[in-house]
Amino acid sequence: MRRLLAALVGVFTYAGIATAAEDQTCAVAAHLAEAEAPLPRVAAAIREARELSILVIGTSSSTLPGPGGAKLAFPARLEAALAAKLPGVAVRVAAEAIPRRSATDMVASFPSLLAARKPTLAIWQTGTFDAIRGIDTESFAVSLENGIRILHEAGADVVVMNPQFSPRTEAMIATAPYADTMRWVAIQQEVPLFDRSAVMRHWSELGTFDLYAQTKKLDTAAQVHDCIGQLLAQLIVQAAKPNGVASGDPR
Amino acid sequence: MQERATRDPSVPLPRPLAAPAPSARDLRLDFFRGLALWFIFLDHIPRNVVNWVTIRNYGFSDAAEVFVFISGYTAAFVYGGIMLKRGFLVSGARIWKRAWTVYVAQIFLFAVFMAEVSYVSRTFDNPLFLEEMNVFEFLRVPDVMLVQAFLLRYTPVFMDVLPLYIVLLLAFPAILWMLLNRPGLALAISVAVYAVSKAFGWNFPSYPSGGWFFNPLAWQLIFVFGAWCGTGGPARLGRVAQSRLLLWAAVAYLAFAFLIVLTWYFPALQVYLPRWLATAMYPIDKTNLDILRFLHFVALAVVVVRLVPADAPWLRSRLAWPAIVCGQHSLEIFCLGVFLSFAGHFAIVEISASVLAQVLISLTGVAIMIASASMFSWYKRSIEGKGPGPRPKSSGAASAGAEA
Repeated sequence: MRRLLAALVGVFTYAGIATAAEDQTCAVAAHLAEAEAPLPRVAAAIREARELSILVIGTSSSTLPGPGGAKLAFPARLEAALAAKLPGVAVRVAAEAIPRRSATDMVASFPSLLAARKPTLAIWQTGTFDAIRGIDTESFAVSLENGIRILHEAGADVVVMNPQFSPRTEAMIATAPYADTMRWVAIQQEVPLFDRSAVMRHWSELGTFDLYAQTKKLDTAAQVHDCIGQLLAQLIVQAAKPNGVASGDPR
Repeated sequence: MQERATRDPSVPLPRPLAAPAPSARDLRLDFFRGLALWFIFLDHIPRNVVNWVTIRNYGFSDAAEVFVFISGYTAAFVYGGIMLKRGFLVSGARIWKRAWTVYVAQIFLFAVFMAEVSYVSRTFDNPLFLEEMNVFEFLRVPDVMLVQAFLLRYTPVFMDVLPLYIVLLLAFPAILWMLLNRPGLALAISVAVYAVSKAFGWNFPSYPSGGWFFNPLAWQLIFVFGAWCGTGGPARLGRVAQSRLLLWAAVAYLAFAFLIVLTWYFPALQVYLPRWLATAMYPIDKTNLDILRFLHFVALAVVVVRLVPADAPWLRSRLAWPAIVCGQHSLEIFCLGVFLSFAGHFAIVEISASVLAQVLISLTGVAIMIASASMFSWYKRSIEGKGPGPRPKSSGAASAGAEA
């Protein structure tokens, strides 16, 4: 009943919004995953080098537990989706998913990480642990700005990814101020944002995925990550198109 | 500005302090505070379709500003009268007793919150949300967490208004004394504390890191401003407060804020927002009471005071009564509202998130608030024999000491 009503409301609200992702399940949130800033280094790597090296830097929500978890998580799914979208380009996606790190902790690890991996694109997932710790949003914003600057200086394009939408812990973890902070920093620093909070909330409201479930099984989690990988691939390809996003204007 | 060190008996008191005029209580305060209490309840249930009605969706400020301002206004009005009649010590003691009551309420709400968190932690199991499970870590050290809660350093989400109110009440005897003796100076100090704390990033520390969600050093501005108005501040401004220019400036600012807010809900409109303006405005900080929020509240107040005269007949009608009765028992209803929003959110998350359930839960919550407030009124009137709460069509003989 809950799903049916939610789905009905969703259909009435969002009917007619054009989507571009291949998988219709994921596509209902495609309009929330539009690139709002260009990725010039990625564009050059695709055009000239015909290879693309991506590094996902994040916490435990960038991976899934268990022996097969990493293969089902969004970094691996992103690699598959990008390879399909960019025939003839060698796409490699590595992930550095270490639990329990704030944005500041991660920035401290950037210099050595970048020297070792030299990615063309860094996807920086953060915010949840900062929210759990109640870290001041202003110092969170400063860490984001520092991190983006260091990544740019190391020659990498940046996509930032904000916290997951987790309805059952919403009264305990105030992720919204951190998700918002990431939106504004992304606009001001002119880097694309993958608005994971908004995308997952939308799926939850439409009933696409049941995020309330109590389960040990990985199936829904794997589908969610697959969809995140697909939408992320769409965002990256769009941001890397020469005329996909007007450069200089983040919108 | 004319300052008075000692009160000259030939100088008439500012009107709100010319106690004990029985009809002096301004029903608009009760009405709008009641409304703010409902809005706070609705806003504290995340993903509730009904909270589209609340003012935060139409401008920069929200119900928190209304609540803190009116609390300052009525506290000054009530305790100001006591301070003038019975002196600093008696009024100070009564204000601190009030602060203690609020503190006990806060600890009670914390116990309720703990019950909810403990339940969710026992039943929360999903490989997708491994990272979010870190939030339950603190349940493993209940001693630390309880002590931090007693010290008001650990405040769960949505339980952050009362700690602010406690600090404001603790400081209020001194603030009130200043306001009664040197109102201009009191306001100047308040503005200075606001500016300095902003410049240096001062806030009260919270556990495990960061600062209070409602920074008392910033939010005192709106409370003291409310208290300044409650001790006859606007009357001292003379014609400025009444001018047409101020009204139109306020209307223009409200319209501007509304247009900006539209771009939050319709991202397609963002192209019309100039970059320089976005860079200058954002982020609009709630913790430190961004000046844009403060101005938005002041503009709202200017327009509302003009649109709704204190003697508007509808304020005494049956339709206005539910909000007024809630506003007259603000502390009780506020705490009840926090409790109801926990319960409501819990029901939405754990039982049914359908739109119908959201509407039902919202309406039930507001109905419980109204029923409880009328019960409190009845108790006060019939059992404690204190002044009658204004009933519809009554002569409005509200007791000035009813509630701060």
